[in-house]
Amino acid sequence: MKDFIIPTDDRDLGTPARDGAPVTLSIDGVEVTVPGGTSVMRAAALAGLTIPKLCATDNVEAFGSCRLCVVEIEGRRGTPASCTTPVAPGMVVQTQNDKLRKLRRGVMELYISDHPLDCLTCSANGDCELQDMAGAVGLRDVRYSTGANHYSAAGNGMLTPRDARATRTAPAGDLGNPNYIPKDESNPYFTYDPAKCIVCSRCVRACEEVQGTFALTIEGRGFDSRVSFGAKTDDALASDCVSCGACVQACPTATLQEKSVVELGTPTRSVITTCAYCGVGCSFKAELNGDQLVRMVPWKHGKANRGHSCVKGRFAYGYASHKDRILNPMIRDSIDQPWREVSWDEALGFAASRMRGLQEKYGRKSIGVITSSRCTNEETYLVQKLARAVFGNNNTDTCARVCHSPTGYGLGQTFGTSAGTQDFDSVEQSDVIMVIGANPHAGHPVFASRMKKRLRAGAKLIVIDPRRTETVEGPHYRAAHHLPLRPGTNVAVVTAMAHVIVTEGLMNESFIRERCDWDEFQHYAEFVGQPKNSPEATEMLTGVPAADLRAAARLYATGGNGAIYYGLGVTEHSQGSTTVMGIANLAMLTGNIGRQGVGVNPLRGQNNVQGACDMGSFPHELPGYRHVKGAEVRAVFESLWGVELDPEPGLRIPNMLDAAVSGNFKGLYCQGEDILQSDPDTKHVAAGLAAMECVIVHDLFLNETANYAHVFLPGSTFLEKDGTFTNAERRINRVRRVMAPRNGYEDWEITQLLARAMGANWGYTHPAQIMDEIAATTPSFAGVDYAMLEEKGSVQWPCNEKSPEGTPLMHVDGFVRGKGRFIVTEYVATDERSGPRYPLLLTTGRILSQYNVGAQTRRTANVVWHDQDVLEVHPHDAEQRGINEGDWVKLASRSGETTLRATITDKVSPGVVYTTFHHPTTQANVITTDFSDWATNCPEYKVTAVQVSPSNGPSEWQEDYAAQAALARRILPAAE
Amino acid sequence: MSPDKLVRMANQIATFFRSQPGTDQADRVAAHLRDFWDPSMRAALAAHLAKGGEGLDDLAREAAQKV
Repeated sequence: MKDFIIPTDDRDLGTPARDGAPVTLSIDGVEVTVPGGTSVMRAAALAGLTIPKLCATDNVEAFGSCRLCVVEIEGRRGTPASCTTPVAPGMVVQTQNDKLRKLRRGVMELYISDHPLDCLTCSANGDCELQDMAGAVGLRDVRYSTGANHYSAAGNGMLTPRDARATRTAPAGDLGNPNYIPKDESNPYFTYDPAKCIVCSRCVRACEEVQGTFALTIEGRGFDSRVSFGAKTDDALASDCVSCGACVQACPTATLQEKSVVELGTPTRSVITTCAYCGVGCSFKAELNGDQLVRMVPWKHGKANRGHSCVKGRFAYGYASHKDRILNPMIRDSIDQPWREVSWDEALGFAASRMRGLQEKYGRKSIGVITSSRCTNEETYLVQKLARAVFGNNNTDTCARVCHSPTGYGLGQTFGTSAGTQDFDSVEQSDVIMVIGANPHAGHPVFASRMKKRLRAGAKLIVIDPRRTETVEGPHYRAAHHLPLRPGTNVAVVTAMAHVIVTEGLMNESFIRERCDWDEFQHYAEFVGQPKNSPEATEMLTGVPAADLRAAARLYATGGNGAIYYGLGVTEHSQGSTTVMGIANLAMLTGNIGRQGVGVNPLRGQNNVQGACDMGSFPHELPGYRHVKGAEVRAVFESLWGVELDPEPGLRIPNMLDAAVSGNFKGLYCQGEDILQSDPDTKHVAAGLAAMECVIVHDLFLNETANYAHVFLPGSTFLEKDGTFTNAERRINRVRRVMAPRNGYEDWEITQLLARAMGANWGYTHPAQIMDEIAATTPSFAGVDYAMLEEKGSVQWPCNEKSPEGTPLMHVDGFVRGKGRFIVTEYVATDERSGPRYPLLLTTGRILSQYNVGAQTRRTANVVWHDQDVLEVHPHDAEQRGINEGDWVKLASRSGETTLRATITDKVSPGVVYTTFHHPTTQANVITTDFSDWATNCPEYKVTAVQVSPSNGPSEWQEDYAAQAALARRILPAAE
Repeated sequence: MSPDKLVRMANQIATFFRSQPGTDQADRVAAHLRDFWDPSMRAALAAHLAKGGEGLDDLAREAAQKV
């Protein structure tokens, strides 16, 4: 297969890279120098010499079982396996001679004797390493009889129908093989054919070493041995398998095979691009036939994922061709009318005249935009530019408002910049990993796999989370401390940890004196040292046993390299920004900043949260986190854009909705977001949208927000456009157009068309030009352009004259703001409190197989794992209410009520219930309130006082909503 | 925009800055309002203050007067 984009060496070098001191050896007369610890097999591959192999692959450690890679080494006895033999100085290796050829043929003959020879009709035809190796070793005959496992279970003595030799007559008296095992097709994305297994264990090792799930094993002996998904009764779907695809990728035959390849054939071309799901930002090879996407394979050179993937990025791309996609623009005068399909010109003209009309009638600031963290940097940059330069106001906000805006404020105040401090590779050097308010297992699975690998190697884990999530405990690791705090008490817990570190003298004073503001530290130390902040004093309100908290704090402070990873369980609170500051304080206190293995790392929920923030999506900041009040910064853009910019901050999303309800905000262009489903207090969001006179939704599907829209502009998927995403480690990765946009335009083109319809003179012809403009105006991106990204693959900002190669680690020699700033973090209880009417606390989150509002993943086979949102209830609370497993329950708060099914589990503590927000039929956000973070208005999703009671079915609101949605989604056929 | 919500938000901001060391808390609250609140929100807060500022705590009130 040819890679048309980056001519990077994609060969499988057989064994993983090593980084020892250089060693020089001779292989087949070729002198080669490689890092110490490298295998002979890899050294040969690096020298351009290929040694046959089956059980070796460079994604997992060498195993030495197939014996195909044997070599001869001068001065050593026998024929060692080159995959398990490390290089040595002066070693002389021979990979080809008569003896080795004979040995390899013998090995291959045995393998083939137990493998069906249906190569021409096999789904791996052309992409089968067994086939390749049979050719490489010159196998010309098989003297052994066919393995019994290929016989049909029908018991008629016939071979498996797919076996080319099935036409032969069965031996006399052969009654067939009752042990024959048919293909397992239970998983929606891949098949498992035991008959084709060569027991190389690559899948088992990939599941263990790369993914860390340990779902696979080898069962049986001799000819009976095969891969198994656990117990004999388990099929792939029922097993612990999380469908990450690592086993399928590792399989050298058709034993584990993508169903898409079975159906569509072997792909013939590929394009490197970046996943559009979570903030890990995995690199993928999109493999195609023509413009038919056949499969997505994680790219081994991707620096965020290092060749790994999760079920979403690997398999859940079917939404791109789902029948629900809207491909034509649509308009309507009012939201009670059906949609009318119209031309792009008519839709854009309608939208432009409505928006301009609103400005004339209600004022320049009566309209605004919402940019998307799912869209590219270039698209986001254009949408905020549309607001600032074309609308003439700063009413631009992004969905990061409702997730990581407190990160921007908190890290900006303490460190001086709004970003994670490390790259993902850093976790490999962590000794203590503290995960706060995040469940990487579900939300950031590829990072979780890398973290778990480090944990299995001995690093210690601290988890601070109200739930006992999947991250707390897994195969071969368990958190040293899980602090199951009461929702809403993050600040008290983090401050109590600081109390322990300060009062027990565990802080890194030399780091603080050298790198931080000493006066601020003195204030802070005096504050945290107060008895009210001790674990014993806070235990009653946080629910965290003081002894456990003390032990966790001591471990973080003294356990070596301490790294903090946190998520929305930190930010989505009324004190979200304060907790972020508290986390930064902990890192500064202990000197855990500025080197590998440490740091403060926000795990971004969506693929381009970091980029959307970088691009100036917030109403108070121009690109590069520079406040709009700065005349010098405004001047940079004013001279380039030829307009005068508003020096005042604009409205944030919640403010826009409040202003709409008040009648002052009338028009919205919403790109790639579904605020009706994702934002809190659904009834309030609906009221705000309904009060607007022009809502333009630019999306793939008629999402929930579109029920209140007047213009629908069909969007393009990440497979259909060029651009860049910036992941949680500040890595700018290319998104490449894999196929033509089915809707006719890439999303940046649609924003440009709207801007032009409103009078702008934009003339971009490629997103590369937009990136050039970003680089010309934004110091941290000054060195970034597409040519550089093609050459390097990716780069982490800041990338400029000072750091031309980018910046993997932040704050190495000093903080961006100069001295690190300790900030006092007083705990303030949220006003959202449980009481007699609403005695439980609801917290929300996500699940592995679904993503955000589910617009994408609900339109894939991922629904097999999660077809509805369910409410987790503790057995004690369930018993008190007479709720049984699977019962319909009513979930009610002061904002609204919905119904969903309950599951009884002690993952949640008594008094706490939990659900996800992936399904619009549930609308978990009809329950959440309009309380928000004090600094940023990030909603307090994670704490809502609720009551749960048995129910018979959908709530009145759900029925009304479903009826309204059905009416709102009517589409009239296009006029002839 | 609902004065109740603005009052609540302003009080939240004041609560944070009240806990900070120094003597310029009102200035810092005011600066935060200027940096992050749209002028229409500040105007609505000022209008509420002009009517007596019901619900505003002392620090939020002092800051609102400085915006």
